Amino acid sequence: MSSKGYQAGVKEYREKYWTPDYVPLDTDLLACFKCTGQPGVPREEVAAAVAAESSTGTWSTVWSELLTDMEFYKGRAYRIEDVPGDSESFYAFIAYPIDLFEEGSVVNVLTSLVGNVFGFKALKHLRLEDIRFPIAYIKTCGGPPAGIQVERDRLSKYGRPMLGATIKPKLGLSAKNYGRAVYECLRGGLDMTKDDENVNSQPFMRWRDRFEFVGEAIQKAEQETGEKKGHYLNVTASTPEEMYKRAEFAKEVGSPILMHDFLTGGFTANTGLANWCRENGMLLHIHRAMHAVIDRHPKHGIHFRVLAKCLRLSGGDHLHTGTVVGKLEGDRNSTLGFVDQLRESFVPEDRSRGVFFDQDWGSLPGVFAVASGGIHIWHMPALVTIFGDDSMLQFGGGTQGHPWGNAAGAAANRVALEASVKARNEGRQIEKEARDILTEAAKHSPELAIAMETWKEIKFEFETVDKLDVA
Amino acid sequence: MTTSSMGDFQTAQTLETFGFIPKLTADEVNAQIAYIIANGWTPAIEHEHPSQSSNHYWTMWKLPFFGEDNINNVLAELDNCRRSYPDHHVRLIGYDNYSQSQGSCFVVYEARS
Repeated sequence: MSSKGYQAGVKEYREKYWTPDYVPLDTDLLACFKCTGQPGVPREEVAAAVAAESSTGTWSTVWSELLTDMEFYKGRAYRIEDVPGDSESFYAFIAYPIDLFEEGSVVNVLTSLVGNVFGFKALKHLRLEDIRFPIAYIKTCGGPPAGIQVERDRLSKYGRPMLGATIKPKLGLSAKNYGRAVYECLRGGLDMTKDDENVNSQPFMRWRDRFEFVGEAIQKAEQETGEKKGHYLNVTASTPEEMYKRAEFAKEVGSPILMHDFLTGGFTANTGLANWCRENGMLLHIHRAMHAVIDRHPKHGIHFRVLAKCLRLSGGDHLHTGTVVGKLEGDRNSTLGFVDQLRESFVPEDRSRGVFFDQDWGSLPGVFAVASGGIHIWHMPALVTIFGDDSMLQFGGGTQGHPWGNAAGAAANRVALEASVKARNEGRQIEKEARDILTEAAKHSPELAIAMETWKEIKFEFETVDKLDVA
Repeated sequence: MTTSSMGDFQTAQTLETFGFIPKLTADEVNAQIAYIIANGWTPAIEHEHPSQSSNHYWTMWKLPFFGEDNINNVLAELDNCRRSYPDHHVRLIGYDNYSQSQGSCFVVYEARS
């Protein structure tokens, strides 16, 4: 280094940032980008440009680079792979030294990796497919305030998925009527209910009124059923100060859980709220409004598996993952790929699930996968199979659209859930035998029988837009 | 749906998992014990008076049955526990030492009132 003098000018990125012989370190943060370059730009140059622009580089050589050891700090493009079935794009693998990032800050990681580089002119499209966070970095992050195991113990929910519902209509109810809808769902057998993400503190229902009525609904339902209940009180707000004020009051009214929208609220707010929840013994449910803007285009943006990993590091006890079977987008294998990232302590590379790296989560607690959106009673056996016990299954319309109302709708879902879990434990193929299992259970539950009749024809069969790249 | 054809849902004390389906028969309990053992979990029994049943801790019946792989032994202990505490709820647990949680937990016998 010191033997070279300073030469001003523009160099090709690949001279410095394309290093195919590099062997990544255990402490490196690794990223896989799907790159689509402008016509005529060589792959190596595109990959090197992404490495440079997301780490130490800029378009022109600057003298002050010579004051530091750029070899120590630079990101390196170390591998290029074809994208199966796509001649236009390719995968670039980039290694970043851990010292490029502030400890415990997914904000800082994302600001580098998905910052200016995404507007780079030499690229037509760019998508961040996956990040391998080194265990050394993970140990600097707080993660979920409680995690799956602690939440189960606090709420005494074992051996099955939990059941929830988003209260509808999502906008326009008064606080007292809203609390009524919550109480009816909880007494009928749901474990928890949820504020819709749009519900913050509008003129028709201010947050303090909502929290008070919902608090009473939870306590009454707990007394009458002998079960633990909760409602995700949405504390997403316009400022952090307001968010913490609402969080304090949610604790005061006796809810075991809060809710936050991590993308519209932002990772800084989310990480702060997660820390508050950990210190105050509150659970944290995470909604993901805005995610499809970022993750749905197959060639541009950030894959949801990356957002899910970042959320686990930032902190949350539940995260929405899609349903595979309901009204919203979601490929089965891809969904299972990021559900693993939320819950497991180690996830091996598995391209069939879109997992590009081994990921060691160390001792970071797990996050419940939340399936919500256009699901109903007939989906129950499939949902239990796909998501397993460590999940929260949320039936909004599928509970409150029951002809007898919320309590009966909740009971129908609970009966279907327990019949599915019992049959699974007995070794039955519950997805294949769904009709038999539900029909049998409905003999003891008129609520379930009516629900099965109400939703028997509803399906959501559209092609997935964002498919996994497989040959 | 007309008012007269609409049903009324009565709230019940449901005691968490399997509280909404009919009480399991002996054969069905047998299958759940088999599931616990097949998962490598440890069967255990707890009991409690209904007035205390919303507490996190119920009273243990003996120790968890570490290493027990005979379903009938577990069934027999469930009955022994019930005979000793007829006015208590009795629940079966599968302790999962990997997740440090309970892979299974449900009330097998409700208290005789």
